[in-house]
Amino acid sequence: MRIDVNRDLCADHGQCVLAAAEVFRWAADGTLEFEATPSEDVRDGVELAIDSCPVQAIRVVA
Amino acid sequence: MSARSPRVVVVGASLSGLRFAEALAAESDPGSILVLGEEPHVPYNRPPLSKGALTKPPSPDAVALPRRSVVDGAGWRLGEPVVAADLAQRQLRLRDGDVVSFDVLVAATGVRPRRLPLPGPAGGRFVLRTVADAAALHPELRPGARVVVVGAGFLGCEVAATAVKLGCRVDVVAIDEEPMFRPFGAEVGAAIRRRHEVRGVRFHLGRGVAAFHGMDRVRGVSLDDGTELDADVVIEAVGSLPNTEWLAGNGLDLSDGVLTDACFRAGFSAPVYAVGDVARFPNPFFDEVPRRIEHWNLAIDTGRAAARSVLAELRGAQATVEQQIVPYFWSDQYELKIQAYGAPGLGTRTELLEGALDDRCAVGYYAGRRLVGVALLGLPRAAMTYRGRIVESAAADGWAVTPAGGTR
Repeated sequence: MRIDVNRDLCADHGQCVLAAAEVFRWAADGTLEFEATPSEDVRDGVELAIDSCPVQAIRVVA
Repeated sequence: MSARSPRVVVVGASLSGLRFAEALAAESDPGSILVLGEEPHVPYNRPPLSKGALTKPPSPDAVALPRRSVVDGAGWRLGEPVVAADLAQRQLRLRDGDVVSFDVLVAATGVRPRRLPLPGPAGGRFVLRTVADAAALHPELRPGARVVVVGAGFLGCEVAATAVKLGCRVDVVAIDEEPMFRPFGAEVGAAIRRRHEVRGVRFHLGRGVAAFHGMDRVRGVSLDDGTELDADVVIEAVGSLPNTEWLAGNGLDLSDGVLTDACFRAGFSAPVYAVGDVARFPNPFFDEVPRRIEHWNLAIDTGRAAARSVLAELRGAQATVEQQIVPYFWSDQYELKIQAYGAPGLGTRTELLEGALDDRCAVGYYAGRRLVGVALLGLPRAAMTYRGRIVESAAADGWAVTPAGGTR
């Protein structure tokens, strides 16, 4: 799967990091890093991250 | 005779109802799920209605929630409220007289704004809960308009900030001693108040509204200390009432929302569950006291957890609390991001953990030795660390914790 995060919407709530730490993490400089093409194994976590994002910044693009 | 899937009817096409339906549909037959909504809209997102979405003409499409395709196979009936439930017969009656049968019922009917029980003109007085409310209020928030916000909780503070952004002159009236006093206490509340005051908001705290004045439209507000405020617009943000009337007469405890157990099941006979703002449930992360919690993320947490409980019940298994909920909530006021984990309101003592109250800061809320909540002003990237400390503190206090989202 391929995911995208809209950086203009992202407001640093960090709920995606809680939902799917294998895909989303805080980089050392405090910015959000994410795996753009995570494996299907983590789909549940990614979907939870999408649901939990208060600003709906995450979407599956493929 | 062919077996059919038990019919699960969700009353409330809300965030929580949607997340429940999605979680259930993913593990069962989506066609056995029916979602009934009072409003004519597909589930939409309410937080923007007091913030960004209120700065332009609000529309249901602009705030529609993303839906998983799995719930496309469910039944949706929108714009038709449920007016009564008969749990013994397992039937619902809709406003238009239709009767809908269910095997499992899920209450996701949320809350509605409480109104001030005061006479006076109806014109110019607003509440803010639905997209229709926001659409009615938006054109009133013109530059120079004199806006009186009654209530200084999340909604009152957010709408005050938005009105300032739109050029309005804003007074806030509240019976509490500081804004956001109930979730955060006096010190953090005062820090939030000062953010508003430097932008020109005038607070009237410890005060109630005595009367509204005006003929067809409100023109002024009298406070209980004799203060008179001019007003073009009054926004009543004085809390909410759970929408439970439709469940009356069935022996459920509806004294403040629908009382459920920690698995979100209400009552003992018919399988009835409640999720989101309307549910009053114990969260074993803290204690056994049932509480109603109106947080956005809780609507998701409770919806998903209730779906696990329903799936267990339909399998004939005992539902259990698999994961405890560490609440998260936030507010955006001006450029300030306010976030909180846990339940600061359960704390009896606060401690500044980082920063300064009038700058960026983290404030801890303690019940005894246990850190039960953390409020953060302008420190979004530290939030996760403090959440971890809340979980560690619970474990150190002897609680066996398996929080949703892990112990990070």
